[in-house]
Amino acid sequence: MEKEKTYVEDVDRELYDFRNAEKDVWKVGEGLTPAIVETISREKNDPEWMRAFRLKSLDIYNRTEMVDWGPDIEGLDMDNIVTYVRPNTKMNVDWADVPEEIRDTFERLGIPQAERASLAGVGAQYDSELVYHNVREEVAAMGVVYTDLESAMHGPYGDMIHDHFMKLVPPTDHKFAALHGAVWSGGSFVYVPPGVTVEIPLQSYFRLNAPGAGQFEHTLIIVDEGANLHFIEGCSAPKYNVANLHAGCVELYVAKNAKLRYSTIENWSKNMYNLNTKRARIEEGGVMEWVSGSFGSHVSYLYPMTLLTGEGARMTYTGITFAGAGQNLDTGMKVVHSAPKTSSAITAKSISKDGGISTYRSAVVMTEKAAGSKSSASCESLMLDDISRSDTIPAMDIRTSQADVGHEAKIGRISDDAIFYLMSRGIPEADARAMIVSGFADSVSKELPLEYAVEMNNLIRLEMKGSIG
Amino acid sequence: MSEELLKIEDLSVSADEKSILRGVDLAVGRGETHVILGPNGAGKSTLGNAIMGSPAYTVTGGRITFLGGDLLEKAVNERARDGIFMSFQNPLEVPGLSLTNFIRSAVEMRTGQKVRFFPFRKELLRAMELLDMDPSYADRDLNVGFSGGEKKKAEILQLLMLKPSLAILDETDSGLDVDAVRTVSRGVREFQKDRESALIIITHNAGILSSLHVDRVHILVDGRIVAEGDGSLVDEISRNGFAAYENKA
Repeated sequence: MEKEKTYVEDVDRELYDFRNAEKDVWKVGEGLTPAIVETISREKNDPEWMRAFRLKSLDIYNRTEMVDWGPDIEGLDMDNIVTYVRPNTKMNVDWADVPEEIRDTFERLGIPQAERASLAGVGAQYDSELVYHNVREEVAAMGVVYTDLESAMHGPYGDMIHDHFMKLVPPTDHKFAALHGAVWSGGSFVYVPPGVTVEIPLQSYFRLNAPGAGQFEHTLIIVDEGANLHFIEGCSAPKYNVANLHAGCVELYVAKNAKLRYSTIENWSKNMYNLNTKRARIEEGGVMEWVSGSFGSHVSYLYPMTLLTGEGARMTYTGITFAGAGQNLDTGMKVVHSAPKTSSAITAKSISKDGGISTYRSAVVMTEKAAGSKSSASCESLMLDDISRSDTIPAMDIRTSQADVGHEAKIGRISDDAIFYLMSRGIPEADARAMIVSGFADSVSKELPLEYAVEMNNLIRLEMKGSIG
Repeated sequence: MSEELLKIEDLSVSADEKSILRGVDLAVGRGETHVILGPNGAGKSTLGNAIMGSPAYTVTGGRITFLGGDLLEKAVNERARDGIFMSFQNPLEVPGLSLTNFIRSAVEMRTGQKVRFFPFRKELLRAMELLDMDPSYADRDLNVGFSGGEKKKAEILQLLMLKPSLAILDETDSGLDVDAVRTVSRGVREFQKDRESALIIITHNAGILSSLHVDRVHILVDGRIVAEGDGSLVDEISRNGFAAYENKA
C-alpha cells in the first residue's frame, strides 16, 4: 500500500506507549479532600472566585451519587487518584525552553512538526500543566487569543472567563463535572473576535505521563459573531497497571453566524477511565461541527452535547469509535433544538473486535420552540467477530409536531465474499480486512485534517494486525 | 500445444456437501483462449471458483497444476500473485475504498513493487477510455452504486491493469446490453493481444464470443466435460442448444 507522505510516521504502539520517569515533579497526595483542593488552588494562584468555586464543586461532588448507568467504573477508586501533578517547568513559548525529556515526548508525538507545517497555534499539556503555548504572530495580530486559562483569568479576559466558566457544564451536571470543577487544571482559553476567520487550525495536545493520576483540563472557546475557527484536540498516555482518570471539560460558545469545527482524536492508553464532558451552545445562524475519533481508554463515557439556541443554528456530528479487547466505549452525542429552523445531522460509526464493547448512546431533543427543525441520524456498526458487542441506544424527546426527526441504524460484519474478492486480487487476508475496516471509517477520516486521517488509518491498521483467527 | 500454464486432472468439487464437479480434465497453454459452455447449474462457475480458491467450494479430489506447481496448496492471494485472475459474476461492493486505490494495491501485490502514481493513473484512465468508463469512476468507491454493466467493465479494467497470466471470465456477459457486451469484448480482445497469457471464458450464451478468437471449446454438463472441439462448436451450440449433450453426462 502506498503510504501518504506526512510527518505522522508509521505508527506503532510504542509511539504512544513510552513513559518518562517522574523527575522533580510536584504533586498532591492521593484522594480528594478540602485541603488538597485548597493546595491546588493556592499553587495555581487562583483568583478568589475560583477558589470558592472549587470548594463549592467539591461539596457538590461529595453530595452527588456515582453514575449508575453505562459501563462499569468500579475499577476507578478516587482515593487512589492523584489529582494534580506539576511538571518541573513553567509554560513556555519556545520549544527550546521546554525540558528535554518533555520536549522529546511531544517531538515523538509529532506536535512541533505539525505546528510548523499546518497549525495556527499549539498548546501542549503534560500531566496537570501546560508546558507550551504559542500562537502565530499573524493570528494573534487579528486579535485571536489562544492561551492558558490560568493566566487569562488574571488578564483583560478575566471577566469573560468568569462569565462563561462552567456555565454550560455546571458542577451540578454530574459527579465528574463536580470533580472537574474542584480540581481542574490546564487546558486552553480561545477567543476569536467578531468577523475573524482563523484559516488554519489551532491544536491542543494532552499527555498524561504520571501513573495513577488524573487529568482535568478545561477548554473554553468563544467564537464571536461571524467568526470562524477549527480547533483540534489530541490526547494520549502510556499504559500503566493502575487506573488513570481523564475528566476534562470542554465548553464552546458559538455566537450569531459564527462557525466552529472541533476535531478530536483520542488515543488514551487502555488503563484510562475517560469521563469527559463537552458541550456547545450555538446562537442564531451559527454552525457547530464535531469530528470525533475514539480509539483508546479502558472505559469511555463521551457524549458531546449541542444546544441549538438560535434560529437557524446548525450542528453536524461525525464520529467513530473502535473498541478492542478490554475496552468498553460508550460514546454518542446529545442535541437540544430549542429554536426554530435548527438542524442536526449525525453520522456515527463503531467497530468492535476481540470482545470489545461499543455503544452508541444519543439523545435528540426538540422543544416546543423548535418548529421547522430537522434532525437526521445514521448509525453504523461493524463487528469483527462473535465475541464483541455493539449496541445502539437512541433516545428522542420531541415536543413539537413541526419537526422532522429521523434515525437509521445498521449492524454488519465483514463478509467472507468480500474478503475472497479482495484476496483474488492478490491482497493478503489481513490487509483485505484492514482495507474493509478503513473503508468503513472513511466517511469519518475524510472529515479530519490529512495528518489526522493518516494517523487514524494507521491506528486502524495497527488494531487490525493479528486480528485473524 | 504451446507451453502449458494450467493443468486440471480429474477434479471433483463440492459445495455445501453437494457434489458439483465430478472428474474434470482441462489443459490450457499460453496464448490460448478456452471457452466453457454449458447449461445453468452445470458447474461452470464452480470450476472458475475452484481455480481461484473460493472458500465456498471444497476440492474433494484431483489436482490443479499452475506453471508446474501445485495450485491447491496456495492461498487465494498467492494464486493471484502467481498470475491467476477471475472476473466475478457479482463483484462485491467495498464502501470507502476507491477503485483507483484498490487497483493500485492489487498491482503492487502482483508486481511486488511500489506503483508510481502518475504513470499508473495515466494507464488507468487510458484503459477506462477503452472501456467507455467515465473517468469519475476512478475515484468512486469500489463497485458501490455501479450498475451491472459498470461493475463488469470495472472487472475488465482490473484484468487489463493486473495483466494476469491466466484470466477466467465468469459469465462476464450475463445481464449486459448489446453495447456493453461489445465494450467488454473490446477489453477482452485487448487482453488477448498478450500472447503469453491465456483466457478461460465461462458462459452460457455465445454472444460475447462472436467477436473473439476462440481456440478450444469445452461443453460442461452436470459436472463433467461431455464434448470438446474448436471454435465451430460455439456456432453449433448457438443453433441447437445443449439438448444433444444433456443425456451424455
